[in-house]
Amino acid sequence: MQPDSLTFIFLNAFIINNFVLAMFLGLCPFLGVSGKIKTAWNMGLAVIFVMLVSSNCAYFINKLLVRYELEFLRLICYIAVIASAVQLVEMAVKRFSPALFRTLGIFLPLITTNCAILGLALFQTNRNYNFTQSLAFSIGAGAGFTLALILMAGLREKLELADVPDVSMGAALSLTLAGLLSLAFMGFAGLGG
Amino acid sequence: MVRDPRLPEPLNWGTFTQGLWRDNPVFVMLLGLCPVLAVTNTAMNALAMGIATTFVLLSSGVLVSLLRKLIPKQVRIASYIIIIATFVTIADYAIMAISLDLYNALGAFIQLIVANCIILGRAEAYASKNQVVNAFVNGLGMGLGFTFALLCLGVVREILGSGTLFGLSLFGADFQPWAIFVLPPGGFFVLAFWLFLFAVVRKHRSHSRIQEQEIADAA
Repeated sequence: MQPDSLTFIFLNAFIINNFVLAMFLGLCPFLGVSGKIKTAWNMGLAVIFVMLVSSNCAYFINKLLVRYELEFLRLICYIAVIASAVQLVEMAVKRFSPALFRTLGIFLPLITTNCAILGLALFQTNRNYNFTQSLAFSIGAGAGFTLALILMAGLREKLELADVPDVSMGAALSLTLAGLLSLAFMGFAGLGG
Repeated sequence: MVRDPRLPEPLNWGTFTQGLWRDNPVFVMLLGLCPVLAVTNTAMNALAMGIATTFVLLSSGVLVSLLRKLIPKQVRIASYIIIIATFVTIADYAIMAISLDLYNALGAFIQLIVANCIILGRAEAYASKNQVVNAFVNGLGMGLGFTFALLCLGVVREILGSGTLFGLSLFGADFQPWAIFVLPPGGFFVLAFWLFLFAVVRKHRSHSRIQEQEIADAA
């Protein structure tokens, strides 16, 4: 596969260099909202949507900034775009599904400080992706985030019934699990050749 | 006596030590985990990241505290984010000017300090309600606590994963490095190990406290 082909960019963000398990982006929601598969799935969808919107906006904003030689404003512009996109999603979710709005709780506005989304915008700029490549990259990254979240939620639902020593309950156990998942995902390295 | 949480806190030793141990941002509050795991494959990267984050935490805390009476409540989060992004841009350019190697090693993670929840969390929960001196001292404590946590991970991962510390070889040429510790899964495992260790220490302490109490009651 060509390293700049759309399939490769998608697969790379989806599983080979998974945003959560290989690049450690978006760990707060990964540990915070992975209690139930249903919630994880909805959170994943919200993140995919915010990623798509902010990646597209970031692409055009970067074009503008480069044109007027204002690259030092990049970070501030990106974060403003992401905050607005999250606000949009929040209003939409509140309007169409108040139940979901309550389950996601504080983690919905916190998507703003989800480093996966800012990371996505920064990486696509650093790698000079064109418009379609950015699109493939953002869908891949969002899908990868959702996959990791759902896998983790599935494991943690099973773990509820397991008998573990009480000092290792909570974060230590979740992180060990994440480590094992990350170990498994290392098997995909070299998939793209 | 229970204090009204809306009042500004008096400046004392606890303002500084809060972030170091009792509310350590990483080990207790589990905030800002992304850089903690991503850039701690060597102790040097961990230290640089810690210093950069401390700088942003300090300066944004001071500025937010200075402007706390001017920023309207409705747009406060957006204003904080813009203040933070400004200081991160400064840190980003400063590191690029000081050491290009370091800049390349840390990559996009310097810019990602913006999305570090500790900084926004401190701005909202502390700096926006307290005086400049308090915000400075508290930010310094939190930053040092964060750097301490980064070093805890960086040192373990570098020693086990490449047999060196700050680039100096420790075990000679015969050492077979455990490459897994510099790879992503190693980050998760080392952090899990530290959390486990602290949980055991805390449990042990509360046990001995209860025993002391029982002895005191009996006497």
